[in-house]
Parts: sequence; structure tokens; C-alpha cells
Amino acid sequence: MDNKDIKEPLIHITKRKAIPKKQEWTIRLLSILFALIVCAIVMAVTTHLNPLAVYAEIFDGSFGSPRKMWILAKELSILLMVSVALAPAFKMKFWNLGGEGQMLAGILATAACMIYMGKNLPSAVIIPVSLVCAVLAGGLWAFIPAFFKAKWNTNETLFTLMMNYVGMQLVAYYIIIWESPKGSGKVGIINQSNGAGWLPNLFGQPYLLVVLVALLVTVGMYFYMNYSKHGFEISVVGESQNTAKYVGVKVDRVIMRTLLLTGAICGLVGWLMVAGTDHTITTTLGGGRGFLGVLVAWLAHFNPIGMILSGFLIVFMSRGASEISTAFGLNESFGDIMTGIILFFVIGSEFFINYEVHFRKSHRKEAADV
Amino acid sequence: MFSLVSFIPRAIVQSIPLLLGCTGETLNEKVGSLNLGIPGVMYVGAISGVIGSFLYENSGAQFNGVVGVLIPLISCLVGSLLMGLIFCLLTVTLRANQNVTGLAMATFGVGFGNFFGGSIMKLTGSDVPSIALTATSGAFKTGFPASMKGGAIGQVLFSYGFMTYVAIAIALIAHFILKKTRTGLELRAVGENPATADAAGINITKYKYFSICIGCMIAGLGGLFYVMDYASGVWSNDAFGDRGWLAIALVIFSIWRPNVAVLESILFGGLLILYLYIPTGTNFATKELYKMIPYIVTIVVLIFISVKNKKDSQPPEALGLPYFREDR
Amino acid sequence: MRNISKAFGDKIANNKVDLDIYRGEILSLLGENGSGKTTLMNMLSGIYFPDEGEIYIDGKPVMISSPKDAFDHGIGMIHQHFKLVNVFSAAENIVLGMETDPDGNPIPKGKINIEEASKRIREICELYGFDVDPDQKVYDMSVSQKQTVEIVKVLYRGADILILDEPTAVLTPQETEKLFAVLRNMKADGKTVVIITHKLHEVEAISDKVAVLRKGEFIGQLITKDTNAQEMTNMMVGREVKLNIDRPEPKDVTPRIVVKNLTVKSDDGIVKLDDVSFTANKGEVLGIAGISGCGQKELLESIAGLQQIDGGEILFIEDDGKETNLVGIDPVEIDRMGVSLAFVPEDRLGMGLVGDMDLADNMMLRSYRSGKGSFTDRKSPRELAEKIVDELEVVTPGIDTPVRRLSGGNIQKVLVGREIALNPTVLMTAYAVRGLDINASYMIYDLVNKQKERGVAVIFVGEDLDVLLELSDRILVLCGGKVSGIVDGRTAEKNEVGLLMTKLGGGEIG
Repeated sequence: MDNKDIKEPLIHITKRKAIPKKQEWTIRLLSILFALIVCAIVMAVTTHLNPLAVYAEIFDGSFGSPRKMWILAKELSILLMVSVALAPAFKMKFWNLGGEGQMLAGILATAACMIYMGKNLPSAVIIPVSLVCAVLAGGLWAFIPAFFKAKWNTNETLFTLMMNYVGMQLVAYYIIIWESPKGSGKVGIINQSNGAGWLPNLFGQPYLLVVLVALLVTVGMYFYMNYSKHGFEISVVGESQNTAKYVGVKVDRVIMRTLLLTGAICGLVGWLMVAGTDHTITTTLGGGRGFLGVLVAWLAHFNPIGMILSGFLIVFMSRGASEISTAFGLNESFGDIMTGIILFFVIGSEFFINYEVHFRKSHRKEAADV
Repeated sequence: MFSLVSFIPRAIVQSIPLLLGCTGETLNEKVGSLNLGIPGVMYVGAISGVIGSFLYENSGAQFNGVVGVLIPLISCLVGSLLMGLIFCLLTVTLRANQNVTGLAMATFGVGFGNFFGGSIMKLTGSDVPSIALTATSGAFKTGFPASMKGGAIGQVLFSYGFMTYVAIAIALIAHFILKKTRTGLELRAVGENPATADAAGINITKYKYFSICIGCMIAGLGGLFYVMDYASGVWSNDAFGDRGWLAIALVIFSIWRPNVAVLESILFGGLLILYLYIPTGTNFATKELYKMIPYIVTIVVLIFISVKNKKDSQPPEALGLPYFREDR
Repeated sequence: MRNISKAFGDKIANNKVDLDIYRGEILSLLGENGSGKTTLMNMLSGIYFPDEGEIYIDGKPVMISSPKDAFDHGIGMIHQHFKLVNVFSAAENIVLGMETDPDGNPIPKGKINIEEASKRIREICELYGFDVDPDQKVYDMSVSQKQTVEIVKVLYRGADILILDEPTAVLTPQETEKLFAVLRNMKADGKTVVIITHKLHEVEAISDKVAVLRKGEFIGQLITKDTNAQEMTNMMVGREVKLNIDRPEPKDVTPRIVVKNLTVKSDDGIVKLDDVSFTANKGEVLGIAGISGCGQKELLESIAGLQQIDGGEILFIEDDGKETNLVGIDPVEIDRMGVSLAFVPEDRLGMGLVGDMDLADNMMLRSYRSGKGSFTDRKSPRELAEKIVDELEVVTPGIDTPVRRLSGGNIQKVLVGREIALNPTVLMTAYAVRGLDINASYMIYDLVNKQKERGVAVIFVGEDLDVLLELSDRILVLCGGKVSGIVDGRTAEKNEVGLLMTKLGGGEIG
């Protein structure tokens, strides 16, 4: 390649110093807008539906009735808690893709408590016992990979991922053992007759408790990460393990402690789902939230308060997707496609927040692509 | 009765999607790109092939074996290439976080597969939630003449569709290129130390795009193989399952060497179906426990590799890191 | 080079520099940190492109816009940070990225012929007296071996002009001698060598001519044998600088740390410290000399409680004579006793400072545990950061700036300043002046001496023997994890210490 006469590259990229918050959000909102336009085109081409009608339906799916809004709030709360749980681990640069398995561990523990204690013990006993069991189970599920990461630097991304499948098979095993009626391959609603171990409805609202717990967890995590000694240690370990070691931070202990916390919150989510909202157990009860939670946490730059927004975006889309699937007979997976497209755009937009693009004066061109 | 002669061919057929996914991911990781979107890419590859062959089989034209293979093959490659380009655009050009982009691609890809799978099912109006592409599958299963498939040796070595041999050849060629050629040396340098490669005059962006896209196309073929060969042309939603993730895990076991991956993937294919061979009688619950075996083995191997911690079996040094020349 | 200018943003790195380099000679490029030496040479080697000015080679104007262009003109540069791929062998690194072989024949994209390359590499090594095994993997190499590979890489590409950016910063005196011998061989072979440095004695030892840069401007060019250290320093700094380091007489010398038979093994079982015994006194600077990787790091980390110790004891003696064995004690506890460690690693960050955190948060690294409850006190670290910025004249936009953005010298001031602010009883520093220019270095020496006068036991690990000899009261020499001698800093000869660094002499334990 002969580039002797090229004095300066056509496009020159530099890192931005800092960018006003307002501009940052404008870029993000623009990227979502672009994504929605692209989604609309994809929709019009593949399904021949009017995208505006579909978007209206999506909005309706989330806000169409008080009931729908409660479902939205519940779904957001659950996803939010998972994201919040994962955040400190990621801040530590521990790529925990095992949120799903950690939730399943909590789900399994709760279901076991409810099934084995439901006949003889009152809810007042079952509820606290199942909570403790779920939190411990979730914590354990996250602790195992953390232990190996801390001691031998075992690849945590794949370890936690595999723990999901181990958890899933374990649940599958117990589902067959607990199945009712026999041969159905399902567990059905647990303790439907007496409601043993079910969480109470607050003010007649089945989901209010979940929402409140989620708020508590989120705010708590915000303070934990930003103002506590543990939180400070987490950011030091995430930035530089060597420095952490030099100032006397026990890196392995911080890794294990943080993952225990992550897993415990995931276990708590599992408990809320089985004892609070769903009252049953399936292998897919996690619903991919372990992965979505990673995305939500990352989009919010691991800021628990920001996750309320990014989580809302995801939940809004998926609620909308299930709505359009009934309204237009569309396949529910269309929601995943739309979520994917929006994510691509938002992820890509980060570039324009962090970097500046200069074009060579003589060849002024429009910004190529998003 | 357990019979090795019947077990091995089944294990090999299981292994091919993993092998292709693993080879593709290796090409990604060798240029420093931890692509967690491979499961999505494999879904897109599979469904693209399915769409292509569905349109061809239902076009009313007389079915021709060669065309019947080429159309899904090309549409699969195009589909997975597009996925590769999305990943490159976001992580290489726009320097986005690879893990997050990968996860978004996995979500997107699986959704894409299931959406179009579901749509085609609706078009066929069939009662079963699946699409059967028997003619295409038949063409894909073309292999050695029947006379060679007899006997134990014939069954173990010659009983597969042509893609099986292609997949193994791809892995071996990939290994040769990475290990022995100048292109491979430069490619590995990009993944190990992009600043050094840059200083040596190697075009980082070009190599990354090139290797990631080729890798994604190879991985996409794994999805296609699964539908057309393994599943005999039957697509049903979510059937492909977690094979994409196992393929990524396999990259570590093969210590980033596609030639090792050939054997490892067969071993893994065997583990995936081992539960069918363990006598449990009517105890279905225990069967579910046996299905854990491949995952547990994965974990054990992960631990084993990390405890041994050999310098030659480390991931590429710059794996997962975006490269920006002016970053110092 | 004529009239060369280069600016980064509004910071001018080189301003209308003229420089003449003659065939077959060794030129030293001398200047303080940030004087634009490296930038200037980067323009010659194609890393940067000048904003204005021309470059002529053999009288003809040339355009150099990439490292490849530079190679085409026979210019090769060896950077401070080696550009090598760790898992590749020496030969693979050397041929990486080459499109034509040394004879100008294109290399096909296909199968690579490493044997052929290895043969050529051996020929080059023989010619100049290098010691390189083409098949050795880079991760198995010492720093000096890596540097050799870099030099061979440049020669393999047929360079006639070699530029070395502070090549001796990472070498021992013996290795430096070896490097200089090779450079002289090259000179004899008609090659041109430019060596960037700020060590005056090296300028005197190797170069024919010396060119001085200050604040991006060309100050002058001298014939080395006609000048002296004082003149060069004055040109470099721009004013009179005294070249002697203060060494106040130690007062109230009593033992503070007594190390007995300390043995440390690394995780893979290699002995890092072997039966090390010495005493560090309060009110005294104990210098530690040795080739890098001889156990300095392990020794300091052992005292700070960061190492797994396999034998021996480390006694900490308080003013009232109370003895505590530090072995096995939690580092946080040792920290509380006033033992403080400032280790400056090669990249300046990563041991003690977090690059992406701001100054205040970096202060908090040491103090965040203090105070009751599980929440952190954010106020006092901010005050401390402001105090350090103020007292040590740290150049920074503010205490909310990430330390990564500061220059090397300022980063080191922040690190050493923080450790000193803890009012330590034992101050350990390692490579505290690594890469610093004369002014900044003297500031650090000053800080060290002030601590010594306060009665602190200072342990100073250095790489520059001249400095160690001027600063330390006693010098402990480590060689291969063993103490090869402890000498008096006031009377010891440089040769003597250099010898102790390479082989186990029979030095008296003093």
C-alpha cells in the first residue's frame, strides 16, 4: 500500500474529555428514536402491519389499564432487582452471566420449602424459612464460581453460564418428582388450597410488596456501592487488583463477598416470584432475566438508579411484544428482535458519547452510520 | 445394550454444530474478540438456511439436489455474515463493550430465529409446531455411497452427510492458517497485542472484520447443519438450545486450537447424549440429572485448566479489549 | 531535520527544531521529561507526522508518514515500551508484519518460513555480538533480552539509523555495558545511532555528539568530549543546578526493622528471597541495590505483609523497645503500625494508585477503613489531596481529575506524598524517581531526606547506582534473592557495588 501522499487520515477519532449530561441524554434518546424507525421498517417489510398501530398497541400493553400497569411495575421490579444484584459484580469486572441460575436456586429452595412444609406449618413459619433458604441457595450458586475465580482465576463467564444449566436440570429433576397431577410434567400452583407460604397482598395489591422490596433493594444498593467501605473496595478491585492488594484489600475475599451478595439478591428475587407472584416452578421461570439484567446494568453504567430507566425500556418492550402477539397474531419473539435492535443502537450510541469524530476539512462528509 | 459402533456416529453428528461454532468463535477470539453473540449467530444461520430452502421447496420448481443445497447454504452464510458485520460495526468500529454487544446479539438472534420459524409454521398451517424440509435435508445428507457405510468401520467413518467432513476440514484448515501462515501470524498478533501489530504496519480493523465475519459464517454453518442434517430438516423453535454457549466453552477446552476442537467436540457430543445410554428405566427424574453431565464436565475442565495455568494455554492477551490507537 | 514543529492540541511539543544527524556516529538526545525528545524522534520513525518542517535524508527531502515509510528509509526506533507479542517466539516477532524479506522479495501470505528467518537472525546476532535464541518465547525473556529482540528486529529490516528511547532505564550497569558495546559495533559497521536519555554519564560514555532539547526547543549541539556534565545540565534545565544530593548525618540511630533469615518462594516454588538478614535503622536511609527482579519487590512486600513468607522473621521494634514479629500479620495491621510502602511500577500505576479514580479517591485508598461504621468518610481525603497538590506542587487541573491524566512525575508525587502524609515510622519506596527528570527527582530526594530527619527508617530501592551512592547511608545489595553485601554509602565505590550486584561477593554484614 502506498500512502505517501496521504497526509492525514480521512476520519480522525479522538476521545472526548467530558460531555454535558444533557447532550449525553440527547444522543441516547436519538439512538432509541433511530432504533424505533428501523424497527418500524423491519415491521412493515416482514409483517405488512402499520408500525404506528403496533407502537400504539405496545404502549397500550404497558399502560392500557391499571392491571397492565401493575404487571409492568411487577416485571420492572423483578428485572430491576436482578440488574441491581448483578451490578456490583460487574463493577468489579466479574462477568456473572449466571443470574438465571442464581434465581433458579432461590426458586427451587422456595418451592421446596412450600411443598414440604405446606401441609403442616403455618405461613408465618414457612415465609421466613423459605426466604432464608432462597437467599442462601442463591448465594451459594454464585459463591461457587466466585470461590474458584478468587483462588485460581477460573473463567467466571463460562462457569456461571454452566451453573445456569446445572440449575435448570436440577429444577427439571425436582419438577418430575413434585409433578402434580402425576404425568403432567408440571408442578402447577403450589398449595393452591391453603395458600401456605404465599406472601400476603398489601392493601389488596398482589404486586405491591414486590415493588416495595425492589425499591428498597435498589436504593440500598445505590448507597452500598457509592458510600460504603465495601462499595469502595469493589471499585478498587474492579479498577486494579494489584493496587487493591497493595493497600491491603483482600481481593479474594471481596470477590467472594460481593458474589455472595449478588447471588443472595437473585435468590431473593426467586423467592418473591415463587412465594409472591407465580406460586409455581418451571425451568424457564427465570425468563432470561439473568442476561437481560446484564444489559440493563451495563446500559445504566452500573448505577442502580439509572437501571430504573434502562430496565423500564426493556420491560416496556417485552410487555408490548406480548400485547402485539395477541392483538396482531404476531409471534411473541418479535419483541426479542425489537429489543435487540434497540440495544444495538443504544450500545452503538455510547461511542458518540465517548469519542469525537473529526473529518478532514477537504472531504467533509456526513456521519456515516450509527 | 451399549454399542460403541452406534454411539460414536451419534456423538459425531452431535459434535458438528459444536465444532463449527467453536471454530468460528476461535477465529473471533484469536483477533481479541470475545463474541458471546455466537449462539445468536448460529440461530440466524440456521433460520436463514431454513427460509431459503423453504422458499425453494415451495416455489413449485422441480427439486434439484445441488440447487437445494446451495440456496440454504448461501442464505445461511449471508445471514450469519450480517450478524458478524453488526458485531464488527459495534465492537470494532464503535468500540462497544464486547460482552454486552454479544449478549444483545444472542437475544436478537434467538428472537430472530424463533420469530421467522414461527411465521413459517403459520404459513404452512401445520398442526405440529415445526417445519419439515425433507427434500433439502435429504440433499444435505448426501455422503459416501451406501456400499461404504456397511460394517463397523463404514458406520463410524463413512456414514455422515458431506457437511460433517466439511466441518472437520474447516477446523483443520483454520488451524493450519492460524499456526503456519503469515496471515495467521498477523491475525494472532492482532489478538495478542494490537498496539504491536499496529506498529508493525498490520491493519487491525481489516483483520478484525475479516476474521470475525469469517468466524461468524462458520458458526452459522453449525446452525444450518443442526437443522438440515442432525434434525433431518425439521425446525422447531428453541430446539437448538444451548449449543452455542457450549461451543464457546469448547474454545477454552481446545486451548484456542481448532484441531484439538475436532476431538473435544466429539467427546462433548458424546457427553450430550450419554444420558440416553445410562439405564434409568422409567425413572425420568434421574434422566434429567444425567443431562447435567456435559455442564458439570465443562465446569470441571474450566477449573482444571485454571489450576494448571500454563503459559501456552492462555487466552489471547487482548481478548475482550477494544483497541484505540491514541489510548495510552 | 529542519524547522520541525508538532503540537498536541494547544500543547506545543516541538517548536521549530533543527537537528543534524551524521552517518556513522552516535548522537545523544538529551533533555528533561516533556522536553520533546521522544516526540521529535517519533516523527522521524513515522509514529507522528510533523505539523510543519521538512526531513532530509542524504540531502533529499523525504515524507515519513508511517513506521513502514521510516523503514523504507532505513530508520528504525526501539521504543521504551517494547512492542512484542509475548506468546510469539523471537523470530516470529521479528518477521511480524514484514511484507518483503530483507532482500526485497515479497513474502507470500501463505506458509511462513521461520527457519529461514531464524538463520538470518543468527547471522545478524553474530555480526554485532547479540545473544538471541530465535525460538525462545518472549514471555520467557528478561527485559534486556526483549530489548535485544527489538534491536535485532530493527536491524533485520535493514535499518541504517537506529533510534533508542531511554534504552538503559531498565538495564543493570552490566547489561548497559553490553548494550553499549553492541552499539559501538554498529557504529563501526557504519550505522547511525540516536540514543534518547537523561543520564549524563551515559552521554559521556557512549556518544560522539550530544544535542540538547528544552521545552520543545533545540538548545544546542555539542561534541561530547569537549563538554562536561555541569554544562550539559545547565543547558538541559536552563539554569544553574547543583548536582549533589544532600545527605544529612543520621541522628539517634536505633534499629527499627530487623530481618532475620527471611526466605520467600513464589507460587511456582522458585526461591525469591534466600536467607536474607539485615537491619533498617530509624533516622537512616537504607538503599537497596540490585538487578531488577532480584527480590527487591518480594522483600518490600514481605515487610508490608503482602507476601507469603516461607521462613525467617521480621521484627518491628517500637520506640519503647517492644518487638513485634510482622510475619503472618495482616497488612492492614502492619499499615497501622506506620509501615508504609510506595512502589512505583513500570507503568507508574497499578501498585498503589488507581488510574481511573481521581486524586481524592486515591487518597481514600489508604484512609477509607478509618472511622466507625460501614460508610466512608469522603471529606478528609479531599483535604489531604488538596494539601498534597499544594505542598508538592502537583500540576493538575483539580483534585477531581483522574490520576491517569497526570504526567509521570506528578503521579509519583501523589503516590509518595500520600505515603508520607501517613506519618510513617518506616517508609519504603521503590523506584520512586523512575523516569523522572532532574528537578522532579530532587524533589523526591528532598522528601526522603526530610523523613529521615524526622527519625523515619527509610528503605529506598533504586535503579540508579549513582543516586543510591549519594543518598543512602548504607546500601544493601541483593543478588538472586541473597544479600551479597551491605556497604557504607559514604565510602563505597560504584564498581564495588556493581560487582556485588552480579555475583555473590563476601561482603561484611554491617
